[in-house]
Amino acid sequence: MAASTIKNAELFLNLASPLRLKHIRSSLSNSKYISVCSVCGSIHQRNFSKYSSAKLNQRVNIDKGGKPSHKGWHSIIGLEIHAQIKSASKLFSGAGTQFGMSPNTQVSLFDAAFPGTLPVLNQKCVQAAVRTAQALGCHINQVSKFDRKHYFYADMPAGYQITQQRHPLAVGGSLTYVFQCSTTSRVERRSARLLQIQLEQDSGKSLHDLENGISLIDLNRAGVGLMEIVTAPDFTSGDDAASFVKDLRDILVTLGTCDGRMAEGSMRVDANVSVHRPGDPLGTRTEVKNLNSTKNIRLAIDNEIERQIEVLENGGIIENETRSFDAEDGQTIAMRDKEKLLDYRFLPEPNLPPLVIHLDDSTVPSESSSLFVTLRRNGSGYDNFCLPEQQRLMLETKYGVPLIHSVVLVRHGLFDLYEKLVSNHNCDTRATTAILKTSYISFLDDQRVDATESPVTIQQLAQLIHIFQRGEISSSSLSIVLNELSVSSQLSCQTIIEEKGLWMVSSNEVILAAIDEVLTKNPQNVKSYKKGKVNQLKVFTTKVMKILEGKASASHIQSLIKDKLDKY
Amino acid sequence: MKSMTVKKALGLLRKHDISPIELVDMCHRRLKETTNLNYMVHNIPSQLLHKHARIAEQSYVKGSSKALDGIPVAFKDNFCMRNIPTTCASRMLLNYKPPYTATMVEKVAQAGGIIVGKTNMDEFAMGSGSVDSCYGPVVNPWNFALNLQGQESILDEESSLSDWFISGGSSGGSAAAVAAGACLAAFGSDTGGSTRNPASYCGLVGLKATYGLLSRHGMIPLVNSMDVPGIVTKTVEDSAILLNAVAGHDVRDSTTVQEKYAPFEIDDTFDVSKVYVGIPREFHTPGLSPEVLKLWKATADALEQAGAKVAEVSMPHAKHCLNCYHVLCCCEVASNFSRYTGIEFGLRCGSEESTEDLYAESRHHGFNDVVRGRILAGNFFLLRRNFDRFFLKAQRIRRLISNDFKAVFSSGIHFLLTPTTLTDAPSFSWFSQKDNRTRSAEQDIFTTAANMAGTPAVSLPLSNSQRGLPLSLQLMGPHFSESRLLSLAYWLEQQAHFQHLDLDFLDRK
Repeated sequence: MAASTIKNAELFLNLASPLRLKHIRSSLSNSKYISVCSVCGSIHQRNFSKYSSAKLNQRVNIDKGGKPSHKGWHSIIGLEIHAQIKSASKLFSGAGTQFGMSPNTQVSLFDAAFPGTLPVLNQKCVQAAVRTAQALGCHINQVSKFDRKHYFYADMPAGYQITQQRHPLAVGGSLTYVFQCSTTSRVERRSARLLQIQLEQDSGKSLHDLENGISLIDLNRAGVGLMEIVTAPDFTSGDDAASFVKDLRDILVTLGTCDGRMAEGSMRVDANVSVHRPGDPLGTRTEVKNLNSTKNIRLAIDNEIERQIEVLENGGIIENETRSFDAEDGQTIAMRDKEKLLDYRFLPEPNLPPLVIHLDDSTVPSESSSLFVTLRRNGSGYDNFCLPEQQRLMLETKYGVPLIHSVVLVRHGLFDLYEKLVSNHNCDTRATTAILKTSYISFLDDQRVDATESPVTIQQLAQLIHIFQRGEISSSSLSIVLNELSVSSQLSCQTIIEEKGLWMVSSNEVILAAIDEVLTKNPQNVKSYKKGKVNQLKVFTTKVMKILEGKASASHIQSLIKDKLDKY
Repeated sequence: MKSMTVKKALGLLRKHDISPIELVDMCHRRLKETTNLNYMVHNIPSQLLHKHARIAEQSYVKGSSKALDGIPVAFKDNFCMRNIPTTCASRMLLNYKPPYTATMVEKVAQAGGIIVGKTNMDEFAMGSGSVDSCYGPVVNPWNFALNLQGQESILDEESSLSDWFISGGSSGGSAAAVAAGACLAAFGSDTGGSTRNPASYCGLVGLKATYGLLSRHGMIPLVNSMDVPGIVTKTVEDSAILLNAVAGHDVRDSTTVQEKYAPFEIDDTFDVSKVYVGIPREFHTPGLSPEVLKLWKATADALEQAGAKVAEVSMPHAKHCLNCYHVLCCCEVASNFSRYTGIEFGLRCGSEESTEDLYAESRHHGFNDVVRGRILAGNFFLLRRNFDRFFLKAQRIRRLISNDFKAVFSSGIHFLLTPTTLTDAPSFSWFSQKDNRTRSAEQDIFTTAANMAGTPAVSLPLSNSQRGLPLSLQLMGPHFSESRLLSLAYWLEQQAHFQHLDLDFLDRK
């Protein structure tokens, strides 16, 4: 096998402290020996222009309901998502990939670009990318190639990044995602096209110590495998793009190909943003780089749209430039070095033969000199995964869960639990949805665990749902019971409810006594009810509920009050 | 030392007629006697050599000797050796000690070879004279053998030579080390002829194996897609012994071939009458010296007389080799040399106020004009607007050159016979009249084609010029034909009775 993973054969750098550079400004400029070209742009740019404005117009402005009007401007957004591949070692070296290790302790000589070292492709990374591409319905290119993309940067030791930008692993595909508006409760299904998925190396990190005027370089991240997922310009707003990224993240996590921890930089997003008037050609795009949370994606894109509109309305022009997002003041800022100055001087990577993907061993030629990876269809088990969209559809069609709730349940990984509760434990679908989407999720959040690590057993949860669906406990008591169960797991729900006195008040006598009390204390309100102010009913109900500590059905109370008042 | 070959030494060692320590000392003494030739840039201390020699001695005592046990071998200074300076003869790497060892070095050491030192070269292997080194030029050991004005002064450290013959390059140090007798075999690198050229000028066998047969891991690259570790020995048999010791797949070099390497011995019953030899007419170029032409013709005649079929063939794209090589070389150089920024290793100088200034200063002081020129040209060729016109076009021509080989070898031709160089070793004064680029174009004229096509090629000395310097020819064969190629070379070697350089008089001084 050509593409075997290096195991112990490799030597590792183990520098006790980060490489120190006195006051190195980060910049993308080339050294003075390197002539630079005035033209630049990546393949993505070219791809973008393939889509005519007319075609795009069919999609634009669908967010009208959720967003303030942009004075007749349409915004177009395309994304490049860099997802770190979940793999024990790097894309081309045997160094580890664990997050948060001491600086420069996970660096092989290849990662630090020591002369004479050569890349060896990690098959695990290829398999992860192929699995992802298949899940997203991409076409897998049987042959893909690696290129060197050159630019000088202190945290990229070789002076180039090995990427598949020009001959990617996979092309095409699409993703159906759920658009969620951040300001209204609107949710709807949308679909975005993917242009390509490519393998490439991550860079190291520069840490700038402004106080002491030094820059420190940490190469732990240098050479970690990335899947760059490039979308068509199919998004119209920050919410739209953020919704897509959330869904994509869920898919990658489900597949196990990326851990999806955006806060740790496992997924970073570049957004290409442009605005234009309907009917006009597409506007000049800017690229907002390195967005590392879905919130920042939303804020940065919306801010950039606003900024571009303002510039254009004031008669300015948008420059094709790279911008970064300052999360503190919510603004995008032009980066010092404009992307248009860079010519990446692509060169086919001479140390890696083309990568050939075979679906199984039978198609591998016996005397192959190329790098090849075979996908074991059986055994890896990925076909059996139920992806988020399938899970949502199941919840909707089989159990009648509305989209707005199925999104929440699936995102929190509660699909399996839901199925079991309903199918195996005879839980009511509505009661199950109601408990899981609110009390149970906030319970898990409080416990800081995910669905698989819940301290409450499925039997206990089912018991609780049964009690709830019979109306014997109020929704406000659920979290108390869940918390008790997590502390003293040997107790049954009944015992806890009993001990805490959480049973619903079922005796009409008690309720009627409370009603009498309320009505007696509020003669003015009774009068106005009698004059026709029906909304007083709600006031009474609330007051009665307060006396009963929430342990009664509001509708039951209300009907009793109505009876009583009508007899007055 | 004159007649000491790897094969002979192995025989003597096995019979205990000589001990590894004696052999190492012989070479070490010769090294000391010829330091003025400037072929070695880093000597392994004799204590360490003795330590390895004693280990080899144990193997011979136990009768469990390995393929190269006790054989002194030198490596060009672009092969990484852990904690041993590896400089590529450049100021950029003068302070550099690699933290790892190249596969070739490892394999030689595993086979029991004793590494005696690192040899001089053109800076980063860019050149064909071994004169563009930060350590100064390499002097061809054959200067000793000739009745030249400077013969005595070579031995005299006080005065300098008025003129002398160069060793060829870029692996001139490796060739000179073997010719002088400081080691029995040496490794160079061959990107456009850098092993065959100095082998030819120093009267040695220079083998460039099929691309992918020898691992490049740890060999500091010039042009990754053409670089091949080169083997310099006195004889063809030695060449095969060394090749057998180091060939085969390396998991750390994805461009090495998967198939298990089958070691071979020179077939001394090789039937020349069954061989078809092609003489590519495009290799008959202006500038070819009458002496080389005469040798070429005579050798073809000898083959024919022995029953081989010799035919003129055409390789129409060979004339584009040098331009094509130049573009591809510069492009890969521009890319490979981006890593020399002074951050992780190597020379760091200049202002640390900004990254650009630091890079610019370090690279300005670290590289010579030749290296900087190729980087500049390569970056120009790779610009988006130039990529198709230069890089892509050169790659297409490379394919055509490669197809020429395929066409010739599939037409029934087994091997190609060509000169290695236009002349015998040029003098330093003549060589330095023109720049590196001009000289490389002249020097590499017959050798780059094999690098373009990845085919194996061997240069072997067959006669002497009028002024007494070695004259060599080159044999090329199809991919992975090393076994048959070297067998034919061996047959030619036997016919020629080439006399190796005899410096034994130095020992008697």
